[in-house]
Amino acid sequence: MNIHEYQAKQLLAQYGVAVPAGDVCATAEDARTIAEKIFAQGGKLVVVKSQIHAGGRGKGTFKSGFQGGVKLCKTAADVFEKATAMLGQVLVTKQTGPEGRLVSKLLVADAPAIKKELYLAVLLDRATSRPLVMVSTEGGVDIEEVAAHTPEKIVKETIDPAVGMMPYQARKLAAALGLKGDLINPAVKLLLGVYKTWWECDASMVEINPLCIITGADGKESLMAVDAKVGMDDNALYRHKNIQEMRDLAEEAPLEIEASKFNLNYIKLDGNIACLVNGAGLAMATMDIIQHFGGNPANFLDVGGGASREQVTAAFKIILSDPNVKGILVNIFGGIMDCNVIATGIVAAVRETGLQLPLVVRLEGNNVQAGKTTLKESGLTIISGDSMADAAQRVVKAVG
Amino acid sequence: MSILVTPQTKILVQGITGSFGARHTQLSLAYGSQVVAGVTPGKGGQLFENRVPIFDTVAEAARATGATVSAIFVPPPFAADAILEAVDADLDLAVCITEGIPVNDMVKVKRAMQGRRTRLIGPNCPGLVTPGTGVDSHGGCRIGIAPGYIHKAGHIGVVSRSGTLTYEAVWQLTSRGVGQSTCVGIGGDPVNGTSHLDIIKLFNDDPETHGIIMIGEIGGSAEEEAAEWIKLHCKKPVAGFIAGATAPPGRRMGHAGAIVSGGKGTAAAKIAAFREAGIGIAVTPSEMADTLLKMM
Repeated sequence: MNIHEYQAKQLLAQYGVAVPAGDVCATAEDARTIAEKIFAQGGKLVVVKSQIHAGGRGKGTFKSGFQGGVKLCKTAADVFEKATAMLGQVLVTKQTGPEGRLVSKLLVADAPAIKKELYLAVLLDRATSRPLVMVSTEGGVDIEEVAAHTPEKIVKETIDPAVGMMPYQARKLAAALGLKGDLINPAVKLLLGVYKTWWECDASMVEINPLCIITGADGKESLMAVDAKVGMDDNALYRHKNIQEMRDLAEEAPLEIEASKFNLNYIKLDGNIACLVNGAGLAMATMDIIQHFGGNPANFLDVGGGASREQVTAAFKIILSDPNVKGILVNIFGGIMDCNVIATGIVAAVRETGLQLPLVVRLEGNNVQAGKTTLKESGLTIISGDSMADAAQRVVKAVG
Repeated sequence: MSILVTPQTKILVQGITGSFGARHTQLSLAYGSQVVAGVTPGKGGQLFENRVPIFDTVAEAARATGATVSAIFVPPPFAADAILEAVDADLDLAVCITEGIPVNDMVKVKRAMQGRRTRLIGPNCPGLVTPGTGVDSHGGCRIGIAPGYIHKAGHIGVVSRSGTLTYEAVWQLTSRGVGQSTCVGIGGDPVNGTSHLDIIKLFNDDPETHGIIMIGEIGGSAEEEAAEWIKLHCKKPVAGFIAGATAPPGRRMGHAGAIVSGGKGTAAAKIAAFREAGIGIAVTPSEMADTLLKMM
């Protein structure tokens, strides 16, 4: 699960990480009020940031034609104007796809004077099965570009989970960032706070880009997380009630939400051949084989190891809600699961949904003969596939 | 004749009285596997199915029955504790079937297992099977949730991150009259106990394994690491398949570990690594067995 920038900053602030003063709002009036407060406290510049779960907001374009999902403002009146232009509008960025995302919340925050932009992230290093803290002096840009062209500018510190991140590790990273003097201790506090946020919240990723050296009104330098991106480990959400409440259903595809209610793992894709499969690996492989034979998969759908009749019916309904779908491939390897139970579920689902599209079913495994008989005796036009390859070729041909 | 387990291996089941654990224990018993003990705290002294004694702790169960391997069917919030209890009892092998364990729990478990003798397989895996020589491979060692009857005793090793794709490969082999030495599902989580490479090394050293099918998927770099080693050291033919060529980047494809992020862990990169290592590439999942058999 992903959370919004303003939520990420709330979590970070709880762990002592400095973030710019500001607040989230849903109306232009509230945006103005927050801005007035920031200006009253001596702020010189206020930033208005669209809150959507996608990057590239600053360079995005609203469908209304308004340019930029992140705007700097010098007055509260300007904040009101920009907020009015953004709220309730759909923002298209390089990460949203052409359909874009509706902006219903804005983060209005102080925009401090930035002296230098740095990069900081905490993630799992799969190769070592340990947390990894990563910093770079090249902040504010795409870190993948830095990794591709100047990998030496990324410095990593592996954390021993038995003791957590130690202050000396934070000092090493601060030194790698070129921080000196009065900035060392605040950097250590910030780095430890960001690590603690990652670990204690069970985040899958915390990325601070940019982490900024800012110059205060008194000329004094400090460090601040000016942007923040946090992803959560879904498996650990059960133990974080506060983070569960941060879920924004408006950011998720409606069909994926519907699927999750039935414990189905569904991901919508762009093609026109839907698939219904048991097991994640087999589901991926089924998408791949459809493409191999010249078709285009419409979705990933794993009904799990013990799919019930209700789940199969729900899966069919979800698949059929996608208007692009022109044919369906069911691929079940019923190891323990009884193929006849699946076949009965398929027949019921086809009847209940009044399916008109070509349906190819490949069943293999436990009680497969009974399952095939159930399909045949149903009187429905169900195309039977012998192997995965055979079934994939048949569905691709049927869709044309 | 096999790796990790033999038909004689004595198995205990943690979470034997839960519905999932109970069902698969029954199936393992029916397959002829040596399930000698169960563990459910508070139910020590009872019998499972009137034949398998239940204990309160793993240590007690192992001591009383000589079990050396544990199958873990404990729900996700308690799974880390269950794994470490098996490690504490110095078992040879802990096989964790549980899906949905928080990543940080597994990070802690792996750290705590350092220097201990127990090997972990999984979590979020189908387990492993060393087929027996009876009808439908009866009499083998089945630990986990794989269907026993699809196997056949023989000389091909199968290792995979995915359950149903493993069954697919095994069934392709068995349908062609080719048996398996051991089939291992290492699981689809980003942090797991045993890697592709660990299993490949065991197969390479097992005189009764003559060829290997390695099934991978998008995410991480475990397949690339295995391929690198195979290129330099593996004496046996290896055929491979990678699932997820059509998966969109940044999305988790069912398995917690199956994600292409930051341009890393793509199917294309893994297939290229396989090719570079001389691993036979199954272009579609229908050709996993045939690809290997052509090499042998």
